[in-house]
Amino acid sequence: MKFAVKKALSSSGARVGVLEVGSCPAPIETPALLLATRKGLPHFISPELLPSLPSPDSNLLQVSPLHFLEGLSTTTISKIGGLHQMLGLKQHGIAAVPRDSIQCLPESKAATRLGASFETPCGRLLIKPKDYIEMISCMKPNIWASLADEVPAWVSEKRNKTSVDRTLRWLDDCISLYPAAGSIFGAIVGGTSLEERKRCAEEVAKRNVSGYWIGGFGLGEGIDERPALLREVMDILPDEKPRLTCGLGLPEEILQGIAAGIDLFDSTYIYSLTLGGFALTFSLDKSGEQHNLQSDQIGSDSTKINLRATAYRKDMSPILENCTCYTCQNHTKAYINHLLNVHEMLAQTLLEIHNTHHYLRFFHVIRGAIQDGSFEEFRQAFLESRREHFKGEAIST
Amino acid sequence: MASAERQLEEQLREAGNKLLDPPSSVDELLPLLDPPPPQNFRSPLFTLQSTLTPFSSPSRHSLVRFHPVMRNSIAIAVPLRLRPNISNTLPHHKFRPTCFHSHEGHTISCVPYSAPQTKPMALHFEILGRFNRARAAQLTLPHFVCQTPLFMPVGTQGTIKGLTNNELERIGCQIILGNTYHLALRPTSELLEEAGGLHNFMNWPRAMLTDSGGFQMVSLLHLADITEEGVTFQSPVDGKPMLLTPEESIQIQNRIGADIIMALDDVVKTTITGPRIEEAMYRTLRWIDRCIAAHKRPHDQNLFGIVQGGLDPELRDICVKGLVDRNLPGYAIGGLAGGEDKDSFWRVVAQCTAALPEDKPRYVMGVGYPLDIVVCSALGADMYDCVYPTRTARFGTALIPEGVLKLKHRAMADDTRPIDPTCPCMVCKNYTRAYIHCLVTKDAMGSQLLSYHNLYYMMRLSRNLHTSIVEGRFPKFVCDFLQTMFPKGDVPEWVCNAMEVAGIDISSCCAPFPSCQEKYSSDEIGTNDIHMELRLTHTRSVVVY
Repeated sequence: MKFAVKKALSSSGARVGVLEVGSCPAPIETPALLLATRKGLPHFISPELLPSLPSPDSNLLQVSPLHFLEGLSTTTISKIGGLHQMLGLKQHGIAAVPRDSIQCLPESKAATRLGASFETPCGRLLIKPKDYIEMISCMKPNIWASLADEVPAWVSEKRNKTSVDRTLRWLDDCISLYPAAGSIFGAIVGGTSLEERKRCAEEVAKRNVSGYWIGGFGLGEGIDERPALLREVMDILPDEKPRLTCGLGLPEEILQGIAAGIDLFDSTYIYSLTLGGFALTFSLDKSGEQHNLQSDQIGSDSTKINLRATAYRKDMSPILENCTCYTCQNHTKAYINHLLNVHEMLAQTLLEIHNTHHYLRFFHVIRGAIQDGSFEEFRQAFLESRREHFKGEAIST
Repeated sequence: MASAERQLEEQLREAGNKLLDPPSSVDELLPLLDPPPPQNFRSPLFTLQSTLTPFSSPSRHSLVRFHPVMRNSIAIAVPLRLRPNISNTLPHHKFRPTCFHSHEGHTISCVPYSAPQTKPMALHFEILGRFNRARAAQLTLPHFVCQTPLFMPVGTQGTIKGLTNNELERIGCQIILGNTYHLALRPTSELLEEAGGLHNFMNWPRAMLTDSGGFQMVSLLHLADITEEGVTFQSPVDGKPMLLTPEESIQIQNRIGADIIMALDDVVKTTITGPRIEEAMYRTLRWIDRCIAAHKRPHDQNLFGIVQGGLDPELRDICVKGLVDRNLPGYAIGGLAGGEDKDSFWRVVAQCTAALPEDKPRYVMGVGYPLDIVVCSALGADMYDCVYPTRTARFGTALIPEGVLKLKHRAMADDTRPIDPTCPCMVCKNYTRAYIHCLVTKDAMGSQLLSYHNLYYMMRLSRNLHTSIVEGRFPKFVCDFLQTMFPKGDVPEWVCNAMEVAGIDISSCCAPFPSCQEKYSSDEIGTNDIHMELRLTHTRSVVVY
């Protein structure tokens, strides 16, 4: 893995970089989105349709090794030759992170000094560094985060301090057990305590890692608490190594993270939208302005539309007129509305394609804004105009 | 004079009885006594005989030699004309000489025969190759040109579960099936009409077939009741009493706009016996006329009639004759695939395919197991549909040449082979059994991948059937197929019997069990070889002078 910063803004921490990973056909520009997966493949998008997404933007996937505990032994994965071989995704970059924010959630109460605990579909699992390293060495991802003890925002100071101690110890275990690591990203936790965040970042920065995985977000802290915490961490971390974070999914959070200096994001937003029958429609205008495109539609706002609404029963137009995704090029809102009504899986497939495509284009526009030096204006305009035209917005996540 | 009058009176009464709503005047009734126009059709007695007596034992060599010109006949636009084999000098059913016009303009033999074209047809059916009863053809429909034998995946509610259109095209699907009952409920046929038809609505560029809705109703609804008027049922949406008449079914299908539409038939389970079957068969014939009358788009939608009659050969024959009289673009064999024993099943198919016209497609409804499809193709059927491949995929079962592979099984958890090493589909090229095992029944992607593979398997089977017939190696294909599926030689008896009638020698695949080979003793095979060869030279299915 190779990473280089191409342009950094002085006004904020935002930067554009280039990431070369494994056998990806072309270098990937950051800030970039890692696609959420279940057992290595997207939830609904078939491998045949993955190439229809913008490339190489869509070539980064986030995989949780814990998914495979449900039915695939590490020896079998080894025999097959690793994740890339097993998933038929030889030209993709895979980042292995235990937490996937959808189904593998850190359970801080059950963590011990021996290992981190996760709530998964196969129950509560205690993952020790040794087991984790075994999984990683069999799976051979391009990037992997060290094992972290993530805690929610409301734990005691003592518990928070313990989590930082454990995370650092496990990082050392990971490094020593697998020194020829693909590309280890050191995990940085610390909850909502500025001191702990700083301490953790300092310690991790001392280790020989290829990048940083900033965890502990999306676990109960307020969106306004985050900038300070992020800044605390970013000020210490060296600029030339990439930063990956978990738990920042909404567009506002993405912009927040980019402003602080994060390069890679996972996102469960797309999955939640898809399950709810929503399709993203917010404007991808370069200025960040969010014109209200569909204000008169019931069940919609300017950011997304709910295709379950009966208003779309006879709507023979695509979700977005100038969207080049497979869904918008081939299908209409009426068809997706029908599929949702009859509970057909194809609805989720089509929605996931569109939403992923749209979000990847969003990142593309952001990168353009950073290159032009207009990122702060973009962010300002985006945030202000996004919620302008309605009051009672409820995001179901 | 009086006796002639009495005879006429008798005939009139008989004809009148057959009609549900007999005309009041004798003048209207008289034309019904006229014999029907000559059809490409064999007498019932003949077909019964043909199903019950086997073909003369085929030699081990391929029976069919194709003239090189005919191999190129794919480019021909002239429809195939067939001569009915009326004079039957040999005790067994034999093949008819066929007529081709090659692309170079050569005319090869034959007595041209044309069936009266009293109805417009929106399809073109051209046989490209044969082996005994099996045939490979090109079926030209308004939206797509298809190769038969073919399998049609079922896309109940306007989608094949989980697969996108471009995946379906990649797999090679030619026709997909839509269920009228489901579509009429949601999103309603009126909406589909507004959208420009189901093709437009789901953006499927190839061909489509809709069933009449009758089968779903009797199988899905406990309170469905069939009367002369139609099928009365309780709407599952709001509980209102509803009535599906033949006219209504055709109207809905006209709005949906598929290339092929099915007549509403009175379908009964084959496990039922008694007068109900006869009633259903006659009612199907009465309903076909109502369907024909109600059909507003004969120029771009083909109405297929459905042969009913349970397992009774006489009823089946009456039904076939009645439908053939109506000169429909194609015919379906219905009422099967409902739990009857296989031995009865193949006999009904054999009888119907023997009796239905040669130059029109034959669709065996609900037939989906690969073995059944091979047998029915050998007997002369062209089109099939079934939910089996996609449904079994959702339960974690994959279709492979050896049979089925249950991917849920623990043994699959560390099997690093592909599902089918011989299959070139995306799933078999990229994924192992172990990986699919960890997905199936737990994640949507698992059923997507398995559906993909299973449908690919069915399409591959269809393509293989077509090309092996066209290329003159159908018997070998059947033998290889059976050998792979029954490596110990335990081919089921019903398959052996059916293949005998189909004139395909599968002795090489069958273990020496008495049931399979009792008809021939070893010396019989030896001494008759030469005689058989001589006889067979006169009876090749494709004769080139």
